[in-house]
Amino acid sequence: MREPLEGSRWLLLHALVVFCFLYLPIMVLILYSFNGQGVGGFPPRNLTLDWYRTLLGDGAIWNSVLNSLMVAFAAMAISLALGIPAALALDRAYFPGKALFRRLVLLPLILPGIITGLSLLMLFRQTDTKLSLVTVILGHGTALISVATTELFAGLQKLERAQEEASLDLGANYWQTFWRVTMPNLRLPIIGAALLIFTLSMDEIAVSFFLIGRDNTLPLEIWGRLRRGITPEINAISSIIFFFSLTAIVSWYRLRTRAQGQPEIATELVEAAAQGIS
Amino acid sequence: MFSRAYRAAITIPPLVWVAVFLLTPYVLMFCYSFWSVSPEQAILHQWNLNNYRELAQKSVYPETLFRSMWIAARVTVLALLLGYPLAYYLSFRAGKRKDLLYQLVIIPLWVSYLVRAYAWKTILGSDGVLNTLFEYVHITKHPLEFLLYSAFAVVLTLTHIYTPFTFLPIYASLEHIPRNLVEASYDLGASPAQTFWRVIFPLSIPGVLAGATFAFVLSLGDFLAPLLLGGPSGIMISNIVVSLFGAAYNWPLGAAISLCMLVLVVGLLFLAERLERRWSFS
Repeated sequence: MREPLEGSRWLLLHALVVFCFLYLPIMVLILYSFNGQGVGGFPPRNLTLDWYRTLLGDGAIWNSVLNSLMVAFAAMAISLALGIPAALALDRAYFPGKALFRRLVLLPLILPGIITGLSLLMLFRQTDTKLSLVTVILGHGTALISVATTELFAGLQKLERAQEEASLDLGANYWQTFWRVTMPNLRLPIIGAALLIFTLSMDEIAVSFFLIGRDNTLPLEIWGRLRRGITPEINAISSIIFFFSLTAIVSWYRLRTRAQGQPEIATELVEAAAQGIS
Repeated sequence: MFSRAYRAAITIPPLVWVAVFLLTPYVLMFCYSFWSVSPEQAILHQWNLNNYRELAQKSVYPETLFRSMWIAARVTVLALLLGYPLAYYLSFRAGKRKDLLYQLVIIPLWVSYLVRAYAWKTILGSDGVLNTLFEYVHITKHPLEFLLYSAFAVVLTLTHIYTPFTFLPIYASLEHIPRNLVEASYDLGASPAQTFWRVIFPLSIPGVLAGATFAFVLSLGDFLAPLLLGGPSGIMISNIVVSLFGAAYNWPLGAAISLCMLVLVVGLLFLAERLERRWSFS
């Protein structure tokens, strides 16, 4: 294709500026986790691993990490357990209220977290449910069904329906067909959705903010400390979490690229969110 | 192709869950907004319009709502200005580097929202990275105070957070443009600028609308960045809601504001959908 080159240089420069803007805070965050002199101050002085050492002995932080992991696993289980049937239903079944159902399921994806969080808080108060990690799990699970549904719906649409029809023609019942044909074919979208849900839940704060009881999740523990005064210990734990999510995401890309030669993640999500709900 | 039992198995559990944990809470929010609080801080289930009357009469509520919309509008414009040319560059000019650059745009999304807001706080503070850097190289003698605890800090942070969200749908819509349309335009003698404004840009409008909606709606409802970086001039509508549900303890009034936000957001989504339909070509 005859591509005009004029203007390319400006576009490249613009791209560089945007990347600098996107990565500046992340670089600062990691760099100052080694700074002996606190979270600010240029140039960084007395590079040290002390903050990581402090972090290692900080029971409250690790407790909150455990809580977050627990919440993330439970939220993942809930949203997949409901997202898989929801995606199947949206793809294949006709039932009254389908359009409304679709919009409702996807709504938490685009609504500010405060609305999801507060409306659930009112439900729990009205039913006299004590706030705890369980309420946070219910909140995350409910909000993230939207992610599971969109990712799996996109997966189902790419699936060959013929295999399932063959299975049914050959005498397998629906249950057998579901477990032996549909689910194995959906393996990759399910892993992808699970990873996405897990990471989103680990980071979630707006919904948890309203539904938390006495035990903190990691983001809320960090939030509490930010108001008391900040040390590079927060940079240290954030850097560690960042490298963990990065590893998870990179391995997911690898897996998916090997399987389909298409390394894009979350595009279905964004496209569905953009087209489906709105 | 599916039996009745199978259909029930895949539709009933999600329907019930959505009815209990999504629909009921929204309905409750609606009910709360017509209730009131007694002086002893009990919720009185007497239906009245007092909350909405108060919202209309006290100027602080509409003023804060308009300030939030103004902040969200600035974030949206900045995110589009940063995100669109980047998406265009990746889609049309980046060649082999496209996939790598795409991942690089996505990666910051995996750093938690809170952590990125916190990082901006350490950069913008009066003894933060930026001010100490300026003093170090003798640009300024005293810290620039407007950097932190201002609407500026909130806009900057929210722009940072929502630029990738804006980029994604724009990039997706640019990738969907059939390349032979662009070639045809060049072959028929159009200049690059004409090709962009008459062919590429109109076809990318659905993506632009989706990206703008994301940025606007999500920053409109934000309350953490203003709490962390906003100061008095950066207070947003959700901060008022948070305090009404916390220390100020007036859930019904808070519910009324939330409901207004919900209606505003759903209205915007509806509008965006109508516009997108009008501009989509498939």
